[in-house]
Amino acid sequence: MQPRTLFQKVWDEHVVVEEPDSPAVLYIDLHLIHEVTSPQAFTGLRERGIEVRRPDKTIATMDHSTPTLPKALWVIDDQAKAQLGQLERNCKDFGIELYALGDSRNGIVHVIGPERGFTQPGKTIVCGDSHTSTHGAFGALAFGIGTSEVEHVLATQCLLQRKAKTLEVRVEGQLMPGVTAKDIILALCAEIGTGGGTGHVIEFTGSAIRSLDMEGRMTVCNMSIEAGARAGMIGPDETTFEYLEGRDHVPRGADWDAAVERWRQLRTDEGATFDKTVVIDANKLEPMITYGTNPGMGMQISEPVPTRERFEDASQQAAFEKAMGYMNLQPGQPLLGKRIDVVFIGSCTNSRISDLRMAAGVFSGRKVADGVRTLVVPGSHDIKKQAEAEGLDQIFKDAGAEWREPGCSMCIAMNGDNLEPGQYAVSTSNRNFEGRQGKGGRTFLASPLTAAASAVKGEVTDPRSLLLS
Amino acid sequence: MAKFTTLTSHAVPLPEENVDTDQIIPARFLKVTDKHGLGDSLFCDWRYLKDGSDNPNFVLNEPASQGAQILLAGNNFGSGSSREHAPWALVGWGFRAMISTGFADIFKSNSLKNGLLPVEVSEPVYKALMEAVQGDRSTKITIDLPTQSVTALGSLETTFPIDSFSKHCLLEGIDQLGYLLSFDDQIARYEQQRP
Repeated sequence: MQPRTLFQKVWDEHVVVEEPDSPAVLYIDLHLIHEVTSPQAFTGLRERGIEVRRPDKTIATMDHSTPTLPKALWVIDDQAKAQLGQLERNCKDFGIELYALGDSRNGIVHVIGPERGFTQPGKTIVCGDSHTSTHGAFGALAFGIGTSEVEHVLATQCLLQRKAKTLEVRVEGQLMPGVTAKDIILALCAEIGTGGGTGHVIEFTGSAIRSLDMEGRMTVCNMSIEAGARAGMIGPDETTFEYLEGRDHVPRGADWDAAVERWRQLRTDEGATFDKTVVIDANKLEPMITYGTNPGMGMQISEPVPTRERFEDASQQAAFEKAMGYMNLQPGQPLLGKRIDVVFIGSCTNSRISDLRMAAGVFSGRKVADGVRTLVVPGSHDIKKQAEAEGLDQIFKDAGAEWREPGCSMCIAMNGDNLEPGQYAVSTSNRNFEGRQGKGGRTFLASPLTAAASAVKGEVTDPRSLLLS
Repeated sequence: MAKFTTLTSHAVPLPEENVDTDQIIPARFLKVTDKHGLGDSLFCDWRYLKDGSDNPNFVLNEPASQGAQILLAGNNFGSGSSREHAPWALVGWGFRAMISTGFADIFKSNSLKNGLLPVEVSEPVYKALMEAVQGDRSTKITIDLPTQSVTALGSLETTFPIDSFSKHCLLEGIDQLGYLLSFDDQIARYEQQRP
C-alpha cells in the first residue's frame, strides 16, 4: 500500500461513496452544535419533515451568548434568550443531549468535547463553528461548517466534501521559557498569512509539537483556521492516550486497549508526501503579539510595528494602513509599553486549566494595574471547579481580576462582555478583527503569559520580564 | 435555491484584502433564528455612522452601487468565522456573484449553497476589472456559468474554475441535501460495518 498521511488515513476510513466528478460522501462521527449556528438547520429539517439521523452522535451546548457573571440568571437580550430557548426545544424535539446553561457539564463547545472524551483520535468531527479545528489535536479530522451543512449532518450524518490538500507545519526544537503554544501558532499566522493555508489541512509535526501537552496542542490546532486551513491535525501519541484514559466517553478495559492499538496506526507513514511544508524553528521563537486587524498581522513582542515598506504590493500596503488607522498606531512604533484598558483571558484557544495556571503564575503575589479591567473566563464548569480546587480563583481575585462563569465571552462579544469603542485589549482569544471584541474595540492577541503580564503592568509587556526577574 | 445561469451587472468594488466574515456581518447580528433580513446589516460597521445614518464614504452607499449584483472583492474574501449569515447577508442585499483572486474555504462552501457564485480569477484579470470598475462604475460584467466565463469591456474574457457538482447544482437550482439524502442505503450499509 502507498504510504499515507494522517489526514489521508482518516479520510479513507470515512468515505461512504466516492464517484468521479462528484464530492465524496464523508461520514461524520461526532457533530457538535450550539445556539448560534443551528436554529435555521432545525427549521430546514422541520420543513422537510425529517428526523435527526443519529442524535446519539450529536452533542449540544450553549456557549456563545451565555452570561458569565457569577450566578447570573439573565441573558443579554430577548433575542439571545429566544435563541437559547430554541436550542433547548430543538434538542428536546429531536432527542439530542444538551449541556444547557446551569448544567455542570456546560462549557465552550471546543473545550467540553475533549474534556468529556467525545473527541477521539481518528474521528471525523464537525460543528457550525470555525474553531472546530481544535479537536484535530487528537488526530481527529475536525473542521467548521456552515448552517446548511449542519442541516446536512443532522439529516444524514454525512457531508459532501472534496479532499483538501495537505500542508505540513514542522516545528522543531525547544521553546524558551516564556514562549508557549500560542506563540507557535501566532508565528505561523504571521509567516503564511490568514490565507496561507486555504484549501489545505495542516498536520503539525516536529519535536516542539511532540513536547506540548494536549492543551497546548489544542491551542495550536484551534487557530489553524486563522492561517486559512479548515483543519489542523496532530498524530496521537502517549500524551494523547494519557489525556483521554478514564474520561467519560472513551472506551474502557479491553475496548480501551483495542482503541489505543488502533489509534497508534494514526500517524503519517514514512515516505508519505505533503503538498507543501513550512518549517518553524522553535528555538528562535519569542512571545508573539498581533498589531493589526487580522491574526496574520503579528510579530515578536520586542519588535516595533512594521512600516509600509515591509509589504510588497499596493493592496497589502493599503490593508496595513487601514489596520494602523483602526488600531490608532504608528508604523514603526514599539508595542511594548503601550497602555491598555482590558485584558481577556479565556476563549476556546486559551481557557483550559494549563492556561489558567500559566496566568495565575504571573498574577500570584501581584496586582492588576490601576485602570485595567481583567476578565478571567474558564472554558467549562469542570475547569472552573478544578481551578477553584487549586486556589487559582483566589489568586485572580486577590490580584483584582474578575473570575467569571464559563463561556465564549469577550472573544465574540455576544453576551454583554465587550470592549468599549477605542479601548485596547490584550486578549488570549483568536481573532483581532475590527469590532470582534466589541464595536470599535482594538485587540492585541497574545498568550496567557503575555496577557497576565500586561494586566499587571497596565501596558503591553514581555512576560519574560516578570518571569525571569 | 435559485438557479444561476448567466448574470450581467455592474459591480461594487471592494479592494480590501482578507475581508473577514465579522466585517461582512458582525457577531451581534447572529442572534437571529432565521435567514432573512440580514441584508440591512451587511458590512454594518463600515456602512453606517455612529448615529445610524449611512456612511457616505463606504462604497455600498454610493448611488453607483445600487442595484449591483456582483461584488468585486480583494483576495482571501470571507476569512474567519464559519457563519453562513455572511452569504445570507450578501444575498439579502442583492448580490448573486463575487469575483476575487481567492475566497476562504468555509465561506466559499457556504456561498455555493446559497446561490451566490464565487468566481476566482487571476490577479491580472482581477486588476484589470478593478481598474475598469473603479474608473467607470457603470461597467458591466457578464458571468456565464455554463461556459464558466467572465467577459467585460468587450475585450476581456477569461474562464473560471468550479467543480462540476457545484456547477450542476447552481445551474439546476438543486439543493445539496436532496442529493445527499439519496445515499441513504449506502450510509446505512456504512453504519452497519462500523462499531
